[in-house]
Amino acid sequence: MTNTLKNLTLKVWRQDGPNTSGSFETHTIEEITDEASFLEMIDILNERLIEDGKEAIVFDHDCREGICGTCSLMINGQAHGPERGTATCQLHMRKFSSGDTIVIEPWRASAFPIIRDLMVDRSSFDRIVEAGGYITAATGGAPDANLIPVPKPVSDAAMDAAQCIGCGACVAACPNGAANLFTAAKITHLNLLPQGQAERYSRAEDMVETMDSYFGSCTNHGECEAACPKEISIDVIALMNADYRKAKVQNRKQLSRT
Amino acid sequence: MSSILDSKTPEGPLADKWQNFKANEKLVNPANKRKFKVIVVGTGLAGASAAATLAELGYQVDAFTFHDSPRRAHSIAAQGGINAAKNYRGDGDSVHRLFYDTIKGGDFRSRESNVHRLAEVSVNIIDQMVAQGVPFAREYGGMLDNRSFGGAQVSRTFYARGQTGQQLLLGAYQQLARQIGQGGVRLFNRSELVDVVVIEGRAAGIVVRDLMTGELSSHSAHAVVLATGGYGNAFFLSTNAMACNVTAAWRAHKRGAFFANPCYTQIHPTCIPQSDDFQSKLTLMSESLRNDGRVWVPKVAGDNREPHLIPEDERDYYLERLYPSFGNLAPRDISSRAAKRAVDAGQGVGLKRNGVYLDFGEAIGRLGRDTVAERYGNLFDMYERITGENPYDVPMRIYPASHYTMGGLWVDYELMTTIPGLYAAGEANFSDHGANRLGASALMQGLSDGYFVLPYTISNYLSEWLNKSVPDTSHPEFAKVENEARDRYNRFASVGGTRSPDWFHRELGKIIWDYCGMERTEAGLEKALGEIPALYEEFKKDLRVTGGTDGLNQTLEKAGRVEDFFELGMLMCRDALDRKESCGGHFRAEYQTEEGEALRDDDNFAHVAAWENTGDPMAPNRHVEDLVYEEVHFQTRSYK
Repeated sequence: MTNTLKNLTLKVWRQDGPNTSGSFETHTIEEITDEASFLEMIDILNERLIEDGKEAIVFDHDCREGICGTCSLMINGQAHGPERGTATCQLHMRKFSSGDTIVIEPWRASAFPIIRDLMVDRSSFDRIVEAGGYITAATGGAPDANLIPVPKPVSDAAMDAAQCIGCGACVAACPNGAANLFTAAKITHLNLLPQGQAERYSRAEDMVETMDSYFGSCTNHGECEAACPKEISIDVIALMNADYRKAKVQNRKQLSRT
Repeated sequence: MSSILDSKTPEGPLADKWQNFKANEKLVNPANKRKFKVIVVGTGLAGASAAATLAELGYQVDAFTFHDSPRRAHSIAAQGGINAAKNYRGDGDSVHRLFYDTIKGGDFRSRESNVHRLAEVSVNIIDQMVAQGVPFAREYGGMLDNRSFGGAQVSRTFYARGQTGQQLLLGAYQQLARQIGQGGVRLFNRSELVDVVVIEGRAAGIVVRDLMTGELSSHSAHAVVLATGGYGNAFFLSTNAMACNVTAAWRAHKRGAFFANPCYTQIHPTCIPQSDDFQSKLTLMSESLRNDGRVWVPKVAGDNREPHLIPEDERDYYLERLYPSFGNLAPRDISSRAAKRAVDAGQGVGLKRNGVYLDFGEAIGRLGRDTVAERYGNLFDMYERITGENPYDVPMRIYPASHYTMGGLWVDYELMTTIPGLYAAGEANFSDHGANRLGASALMQGLSDGYFVLPYTISNYLSEWLNKSVPDTSHPEFAKVENEARDRYNRFASVGGTRSPDWFHRELGKIIWDYCGMERTEAGLEKALGEIPALYEEFKKDLRVTGGTDGLNQTLEKAGRVEDFFELGMLMCRDALDRKESCGGHFRAEYQTEEGEALRDDDNFAHVAAWENTGDPMAPNRHVEDLVYEEVHFQTRSYK
C-alpha cells in the first residue's frame, strides 16, 4: 500500500571542490510517497533547486538497480543507509517516517577525496585491480570451457566474492578507511578458481601492497561486511591474508607442488 | 534498388565467409602495430574487450569513459545470460541453429553474414571468459550449466546467477585494467565524447569534455571505435542507466555516419510497472524468470480480488494459450504486445492496473522454495526492495519497458560506419539483431564485436595507413570542432529559461513512448513529428541550466544529451512512419494479421533503412541496403 511521508528535513553536505571547506545545507521535503526511491527524492529536490535558479546537488548514480556501484551516500551516518544488503539507489522511502531528519554525506575516507558535494574520487580502487586483479588470458588461445572443470562449491564461493560492485561502502564504513574487503573479494574470486592459480601469489602480493599505499589498515571491526550492499563476508579477508603471507615465503618456481 | 551502401560481405558460401575474410584480410605486422593509435569510446562489454584486445595485439589504445571507472558501464546490469552454440546439453544446438534462431528472432531484418559470424564466434566467447575466471554457474561435476531463453527451443544460455552481465563486464574490465596497468591502454575516465572529428572524409579523432573540469580537449588517432551503447533512454523511462545516451552515435551521425533502423527498439516484457509520475527509471526483471514463472491475468476485466483468491479456471495464462510451443518463453516483442493487449483490455493488475502477473507458485510447489531461491534469489530480493512485496508469496507484477535498441549506426561487415576509420561496436551499431533481439544475445554480440571481430577487421583498414601521416590535433579542424562544442555548452548555459533538462527529457519521452512505443500508427507518428519539433523549440527558449560551463555541472551534461535525444526522436518517428509494415519490435497497427501478429512486407521492406543527415533533422535522406538471404527463406515468424 502506498503511503505519503510528510515533513522530512534533509541536511545535505555541500562542498565546492576538493580543497574548499563544506557545510550542511538544510532542505525540507513537504510530501513524498513511500514508493519513491531515495535518489528520486534527491532528483525532485534538484528539480526544485534548478527552478529556483540554484545549483543542483552533485551526486554519483547510474544504473539504479544496485549493480553498477556508482551511487555512494552516507545516510544518517550509515553507508548506503539503513537497509542491510541494499545500495543507496535501491533504498526506498518506505524505510523512513514522517518528520524524520535525514543527514546525507559523501563517503568519508581520505583515500576517496571529495570532488564536489556528495561525489568522491574512487579511482584508487582501479589502481588495485590494475596491479593484479585479473587472470592473464590474452584473447584467442583459450581452451574449450569444459576442459577446466570447477567444482560447484568452489564456483559458488568464487561467485559470492565476485559479486562486489566496487562502490566503496566498505571503506566508507571502516573506522580506518581500509579497503581490505574490496581487495580481498577480488583476490578470493580469482584465487579460488583453478584458472587463477598461476598468478595466485603474485596477485595477492601486488594487490595488497597497492592497497596499502592508498588505504588504512584493517583492525577487524567488521563494519565493512555490515555496510556491504552485496553482503560479502569478511571471511574473504582471512583468505587474502593467508595468501599474502604465503606469497612472502612461497618459492614461485615450485607453485605446482603446493 | 541501387544502393550506395556496400556491406562488404565476403565471398563464398555463408558458413565460409568469416574464414574467407580472415584468409584474405590485410594484416599489420607485430612491429608495426605500435605505430597505430586507436581510440575506443565506451568501456562496456564491446569497448572494454576491444580496447584490451587491441592493446594486447600491440596497438596504442586510448580508452574513454564518462564514468568514474570502466567497470560502471551499463553492460553490468544485464541479468540473465549469454548465448553460445556450444551444444553442451546435446539438445540439438549448433552454429546453424543459433544463427537461424537469431535471424528468425530478428524477424528477417538482419544481415545474414553478420549473424552467422556472431553464431560462429559465440563458442569462443565462452572459452575466453572462462579462461579469464568468470564464475559461470556449474553443475556438481564441475561442467558448465545452461538455461533456456526466449525464442529458442534449446538450452544454450550460460549464466552467473542473475548477474551475468556484471561478471562478464568485470572479466572484460579486468583485461582492460591489466592493459592499463602495463601501459598498453591510456584510460581517460569521467571524459565524455562531445564530437567526432572528420578530416578529408576519414575519422581523425574526437573531442571530449572532462566532466570534472569542463575542459574540452582534442584527441587524434588512426581509427576511432564507438562502443557507446544504445538509445533506449530516448523514452526517458527505460531500464537503461540514468546516464545512457545517444550523443556519441548522434554526433557521428551529424558528421556523416548513417544511422540505421532507428525505429527498431526493444520493449522488454518483464519490468516492474511504473508506480509514480516522477519515477526516474524502470527496473528489469530478467527474462530467465520466465523459465519457471507463469504469466497470467484475470479472465474478467476489472477483477479486484487478491491473486491467491482467483481460482485457476478464472486465470488467463495467455502466453501458454496463444503460443503453446514456446509458452512463457515467447520472444520479447510478442510477449510485450500480449501484455499490452491484456492491460488495454482492462485485465491489468496492481493498484494502477498497469501490470500482469508473473507467478512462481507452481514452480515453488514443483521445485521447492530453496531451488527457486538459488536460481532467482537476487532478483526476488530486488523486486521486494522496489515494490515492498515478497514474490515468494505474492505473484510479481510486470509490464513492458524500453530496454534495448536494435537500431544504431550503420556498419558494414567489418563494423565500419559510412565514415572511413570510424567503427561502431556493440549496441551502438545496428548489425546483428534485425527488428528484435533475442534474450541473452546482447552480451554475446558485445563480446563478439570487441574480442573477436574488430581486432581482425580493423587491420584491414589500418594497413593502408602504414607509414603515412594522419592529421594530429594541431589540424585546424580540431580547433573548429572544439569551438562548436564550446558554443553549444555556452548556449545551454545562457538560455535562462525556466525548465530543467530533465523536465524536457520526461516530456519528450512521453511523446516517443505514446506514438513510437509498442504500437505505432501513421496518425500517431505524424502527430509526434509535429509535437517533438515544437517541444524542441521550447527547449531552445525555455531551458534552464544553473551553474556555469567551467567545472563539474551535471545539469549541463544532461542538457547536451537531451538535445541529441530530440533530434534522434524525430528520426525514430520518421523511420517508423516510412516503414509501412510490422516486424519485430516495430509494430504498425495498420499492418497486422487477423490474429493480431506482425505482418511483414518482404516485397517492399526487406531492407535496412540507413539515414543520412542533411542538417535538417526533419528532412533526412533515406538510403537502403537490401537484405539478400542466401541461406534462409522468408517465413512468417510463428511461435505458436
